[in-house]
Amino acid sequence: MTKYSNNSGIIIIGGGHNGLVCAAYLAKAGKKVTVLEAADQVGGLAATREFAPGFRASVAHLLYLLDQDIRKELALESHGLRMARTGLETIALAEDGNHITIGPDRVDGAGLSAEDRVAYKEYRRFMSKFAGIIGGLHNKIPPRLTPRREDLMALGKTALSIRMLGRDDMREFLRIGGINIYDILKENFDHPLLKGALSLDAVLGTNSAPRSNNTVFTALHRMSGNTGQAAGAVSIPAGGMGAVTEALAAAARKFGADIRCGCPVSRILLENTAISGVQLASGEQITASVVVSNADLKTTITDLLSLRNVEAGFAKKVGDIRAQGNAAKLHLALDSLPNFKGLSPEQLGERLVIAPSVEYVDRAFNHSKYGEFSARPVAEITLPSIHDASLAPNGKHVLSAIIQYAPRQLGQGWNEGKAAFIENIMEVLDAYAPGIRDKVISTELLTPEDIERDFRISGGHWHHGELSLDQFLMMRPVPKSAQYITPVDGLYLCGAGCHPGGGVMGSAGKNAAAVVLAQ
Amino acid sequence: MTRVDFSKADHYQHAVYPSPFHSRQKEHNRLKEWTRWSDYLSVPAYWCDSMEYFAGRNACGVFDITPMVKHLITGPDALPWLNRLMTRDVRKIKPGRVGYSVWCDDNGRVIDDGTIFHLQDGVYRICSQEQQIDWFMTSAAGFDVTIVDDTHDVAGLAVQGPTSCAVLKNMGLEGVENLKPFGLTYFDFEGTTLMVSRTGFTGDLGYELWVEPEYAEVLWDRLFAAGELHGIRAMGSKALELLRIEAGFILAGADFLPAAQAVRPTHTRSPFELNLGWLVDFDKGIFNGRKALLEEKKNGSRYQLVKLDIDGNKPAKDSFVFTKKGKFAGTVTSAMWSPSAKASIALASLETPHGKPGEELEVEIYFQRELKWNRVMAPCRVVKDVFWNPPRRRRTPPADF
Repeated sequence: MTKYSNNSGIIIIGGGHNGLVCAAYLAKAGKKVTVLEAADQVGGLAATREFAPGFRASVAHLLYLLDQDIRKELALESHGLRMARTGLETIALAEDGNHITIGPDRVDGAGLSAEDRVAYKEYRRFMSKFAGIIGGLHNKIPPRLTPRREDLMALGKTALSIRMLGRDDMREFLRIGGINIYDILKENFDHPLLKGALSLDAVLGTNSAPRSNNTVFTALHRMSGNTGQAAGAVSIPAGGMGAVTEALAAAARKFGADIRCGCPVSRILLENTAISGVQLASGEQITASVVVSNADLKTTITDLLSLRNVEAGFAKKVGDIRAQGNAAKLHLALDSLPNFKGLSPEQLGERLVIAPSVEYVDRAFNHSKYGEFSARPVAEITLPSIHDASLAPNGKHVLSAIIQYAPRQLGQGWNEGKAAFIENIMEVLDAYAPGIRDKVISTELLTPEDIERDFRISGGHWHHGELSLDQFLMMRPVPKSAQYITPVDGLYLCGAGCHPGGGVMGSAGKNAAAVVLAQ
Repeated sequence: MTRVDFSKADHYQHAVYPSPFHSRQKEHNRLKEWTRWSDYLSVPAYWCDSMEYFAGRNACGVFDITPMVKHLITGPDALPWLNRLMTRDVRKIKPGRVGYSVWCDDNGRVIDDGTIFHLQDGVYRICSQEQQIDWFMTSAAGFDVTIVDDTHDVAGLAVQGPTSCAVLKNMGLEGVENLKPFGLTYFDFEGTTLMVSRTGFTGDLGYELWVEPEYAEVLWDRLFAAGELHGIRAMGSKALELLRIEAGFILAGADFLPAAQAVRPTHTRSPFELNLGWLVDFDKGIFNGRKALLEEKKNGSRYQLVKLDIDGNKPAKDSFVFTKKGKFAGTVTSAMWSPSAKASIALASLETPHGKPGEELEVEIYFQRELKWNRVMAPCRVVKDVFWNPPRRRRTPPADF
C-alpha cells in the first residue's frame, strides 16, 4: 500500500559520512532535512558493524582524511568522537621478520641505507608539499571551464599555488603529478620493503598498480587531508569508524535533521522534468523539491532515477564512469593476538602492510587485469581491538585488513572464487604470522561484489568511482555534474563520487551543502 | 533489450552499392554520370536537369530514395525512446502517419533531421540523411527498444509532381487519392506489400513508394508504364536540389552542419537557429537537448535561417550577406534561380539580430559571363513564406489528369 507523507524539505538519500555531513550543514542553516538510510544503522562503509557474534569492525578502518574544520564546526568531539590512537606508524612486514618501520619523518629498520633514510625525509618533504596543493582544493566547489569570473579566479588561484611552490618544486610537481609511483620510488629508494610499502599507499582502494599512470596523484590524495596532523597521518577512532558517523549523525540530529534508518529508497520521483520526491522500497512516497544523493552517480541515475529521465549524452557519460572496485575487505575474529614474525606486542597495534616489494604489488595486480584474484595478495592490516577493547569479547581480537587485488568482475564469479581467495589470503598471512589460522574463530571477506550489493555502491569501489586525474575536480564524477549538481532540477550529489573523492573526509558533503544552500 | 543487427552490414566489402533500381536507372541515364549518395550509386541528372526539374513541377518526376538512411524501431519502449530522442512530441504521430522532426545532442545542437514513419502501432521507421546508428544505440541505454539499420532492406522511389496521383491510380493503386498529406498506407503489389506515403522533398503533390528490393525493378517498370501519358520522367539529384530549395526544405551538410560531424561546436545549429522552433516541445518531458534549448530560448539564439528574395537573376551561390550599410550579416547556404517563382532565391544563415521578415539586405554575388568574372551587390529582402507552396500540395483528393 502506498502511503503519502508530506515533506517540503530536503531529502538526503543515504546516511554515509558525506550524507550526514551534508545533512548537518543543511540543518545547521535552518533547512528541514530528512536522511533516508537503507541499512539499519548510519555510516555506510564507515559504520562499525558486527561481523561475528561479539566482534565488530568497519569496512573503512583507518582515519587519515577527516577534515578538521568539519570536526570543529560540527563539534564532533562533543558528540562522542574520540581517537583511540593517533599517528600510527606503518610497519612494512617481511617474511623473515626483518621489517622496517615508517613514520611521518623517519624510517627505521635493518638493512636500510643511510641514503634511503635521507631520501625518505626529502620524499616526505616534497610529497607533503604537493599534497597541500591537492588538499587546498578539497573544500572548494570545482570551478567550471567557463569564462565566468569566479571560475577564472578559482583556476587562477590553483595555478598560483603551484607557482608558489618555487621554481624547482613546481617543475617537479608538474613532472610527477600525472605519472606512476613506481618510477618515483625507483628514483628515490633502494630498499624493497620501503618501496613496496610506499607503493601500497598509492594503490590502496584503486584499480591500479604501482606502474599505472597517475598513481603519484593517488598517493598525494591520500596525504592531502586537512586533518591538522602530519600529511597522511593515520588514526583509529574509539569504537571504530562508526564512531565518526555516529558523531556526525548526532550533530545532524542536534541541528534538527531527521535521520531514518532501514528505509531504502527505490525510486527518485519526477514531476515533468523536476524532482518531486522519492519512493521508498516500502511504497511510501515522500515529496520534496530538493533531493541530495549520497549514492554514486551511476546508482543515482541508473537505479534510482532511470537513464530515460536524463539526456542521452549525459546517460552515456554516467555509464562511462570508471568504477570497478579491486579491493576486498577481510575481517577475522581471533581467539587471541596473532604472532607476527619479528614484531613486539606493542608493534601489533601499528599499521601493518604486506607489500614486500613494488614488483610484488605489481604482480598481485596483474591477475586482476584478467579477471582473477591475486595469487599472493597485498594487505593493509590493523588490529583495532588492541586500541579499543569494546570491538571484541574479552581477550579476543579483531583483524581488519584491506586485501588487494580482488576485481569486481571475477572470471569464475565470486560465489565460486571467494573460498579460494580466502585460502590465498590465509596462506600469505600465515607466512607472516605463523599459526594465525588456528586462532580464527570467524572470517568475513567482503568482495567488491558484496560491497556493491550491501552498500549500494556501483562497482563496489570505495571512492564511488576511480580516483584519477580524468575523474577529478571539474571532471568528477562527470563534466557538467561536477558542482554537486545534476542535469535534473532539484537533484544534487554529495557522495565520494564527487570532488574531492573518497576516504572518510566529509568535504564532498560539506561542499554539496554549500551548493544546495546557494540555490 | 537493445539490439543492433549488423549481419547485413557488408559495406566494407563494397565501396558503394548499385541501387535496386540500378538496371532501370542505367537505361534512362543518357549522360552516363553517376555520383555517390551514402552507400549507393545515384544519378545527378539522367538527361537534362532542367527538364527533370520541370517534370517534378509540371508532370511527374521519379527519384530513387533508396540511399536514405533508414532505421526500424520496435520493442515496448519504441515510443518512449523516440520521444526522448526527438525534439517534437512523437506521441502525436498516430499509426499510419508520418512526422518531420529533428534530433539534438545534449547541447541542443541538431544532429540531423528526418521523417518518422509510424508504420503500425508501436513500429516506427526513421529516415535520415546521415548515418545514425551510433547515436541511436548510445541513446538506447535504459530502454527496451530494438533498433535495426534497414537501409538496405527497403527500396524507395519518390514520385513527385501534379500528375503523380494520377500515375499511381493508373498503376492500380485504388484509393491512393484519399491518402492525406503525411499519411501512409499499404497496397498488395505483385504478391508483396507496397507502402505508399504522401511525403516528399519537393513541396508539391507527391508520394513515396517503399518496397522490398527484390520488387524494385517491377515497381519501376509498372510505374513508368502507368505514367507514359502523364509525362513521367526519371529525375536526378540536381533537379531535386532545385525543387527542395523552392520548397524551403533544409539539407544536412548544406544548410546546417550535423552536430556529430562538427569539430568547432559553434559551427553547429540549434532547431531555433534553423527556424524549426515549431518542432521543439518543452511540455512533453525530457528530450535530448531540452535543457540547453530552454536556456537558448531564454537568452536568444545566435543565428537565424531565413529565406531571401534577391533582385536580378544571378544565383547567389556561396554568397556573403551584408546590411545596407555594408556590415556582415551572414552567408547564403543554398541558392538558385527559381523558374517557378521567377525569382533569384536563397536560404541564408544570418547572425542575430538580422533575419526579421521584411529586412532589406544585400548579397554579394560573383558570376562569370564568357569567362569574365563579375560582381554585383544585389539587394534582397527576408521573406516569410516559402517560394513554392501550391494548394495542390495539400488537396485531397488531388486533381485528376
